[in-house]
Amino acid sequence: MRSLFRFLLRNYFLMMFLALEAISFTLMVSLNNYQRVAFLNSSNDLFGTVYERFSHMDEYFSLSRTNARLAAENASLRRQLHFRIQNQEKYPINRPDTIETPAYVFTSAKVISNSTNKQFNYITLNKGSRHGMKPDMGIMNSEGVVGVITNVSLNYSTGLSVLNKRMSIPAKITKDNYFGALVWDGEHFNSADLKEIPYHVIVNVGDTVVTSGYSNIFPEGIMIGTIKSFNVESGTNFYNIKVELSTNFKTLKYVEVVQNTKRTELIKLESNNTGE
Amino acid sequence: MIKDLGKYMIMFVVLVLVQVLILNNIQVSGLINPYIYILFILLLPFTIPGYFLLGFSFLIGITIDIFNNTPGIHAGATVLLGFLRPAIAELISSREILEKGNMPNMASLGFASFLKYTVIAVLIHHLFLFFAEAFSMGGFFETFFRYLISSVFSILIILGSQFIVFKN
Repeated sequence: MRSLFRFLLRNYFLMMFLALEAISFTLMVSLNNYQRVAFLNSSNDLFGTVYERFSHMDEYFSLSRTNARLAAENASLRRQLHFRIQNQEKYPINRPDTIETPAYVFTSAKVISNSTNKQFNYITLNKGSRHGMKPDMGIMNSEGVVGVITNVSLNYSTGLSVLNKRMSIPAKITKDNYFGALVWDGEHFNSADLKEIPYHVIVNVGDTVVTSGYSNIFPEGIMIGTIKSFNVESGTNFYNIKVELSTNFKTLKYVEVVQNTKRTELIKLESNNTGE
Repeated sequence: MIKDLGKYMIMFVVLVLVQVLILNNIQVSGLINPYIYILFILLLPFTIPGYFLLGFSFLIGITIDIFNNTPGIHAGATVLLGFLRPAIAELISSREILEKGNMPNMASLGFASFLKYTVIAVLIHHLFLFFAEAFSMGGFFETFFRYLISSVFSILIILGSQFIVFKN
């Protein structure tokens, strides 16, 4: 026993190195679970505060761009509202049910940290559990889908961006409703791969790709992007489709967080199907 | 000694902030990600005890990890660098220079030795970092390309910082 201690003491440099590397590798492997060690990510209040301070300074430089985007979104919403009102005047019976709670609730939030240059990119938002944020809520903005929240602290939340190879979004082509999964290719911040679209579907460059709504996170029909190019690898039955993402992840500032209020009910119902 | 501790703490904070708030936002087509915070490990005195060297290496790595949401990846790379640093130091200069209490900066090592020191350290650290981040040999050549380009930029920035700080 004593000689063991002496050995450890003499080689403490090597032993300490091995111990610290073991800790690092444990952390690295536990990163494969989406539920990462809660205090070791930037939804942590201290680290969130550093990011938020910097974001305050930074946002003055993009005020005019943010304004232009808000004005465009206002115009688009006003157009939709006008269309609704017109329809309601034409068909007054077809009133929406106002007693039932809406299936999707939107909250605005600000991006205080975001990266596009890693293989696994994350987003930090300035709202946390105090503001009603929960894991598995979707993040989007007026341009399209942005990501999904995974960790929440009192004042901040972090999530996977679409530019994260662990993220997969159920998507469909609007033209004929064929659905597949959208996964980032890990190469460029404005392109991703649409997988599982069978070979017999007719696909064109420029077709719109939107969310399919099957994940219970995003409502159906949120813009993802347009098809940039496609080809078929020999030996497979599926297309290799490149999608140009409509969201500009480089200028991300203000986002909306969308909550599916019926999600727990849906998951409970769908869990009955497994096992048989 | 206390004065030195304060100096190193300020350097720690400044390097982490420069890395997280500025360099992590410089993205040229996702290829170039310079990581210059390892300058902190490079500049620790040659006479530092081993447990401090490894401890500080782990500390700065895990701090960057928390900001980047990448638990363990930077910590693993910096601990490896801290472990190999004594060997690198011996490789680039003679034992007399190291034991005379010289500081590992450009002013006391000279340009050629400091260049060698930085290049070896950056290549080791970035190799671990980029392949641990990709976590597979899948896109080997693409990862290797990103590794080489980012290493070049890290080396340039670290050398440049030495010219600015130790001009005299």
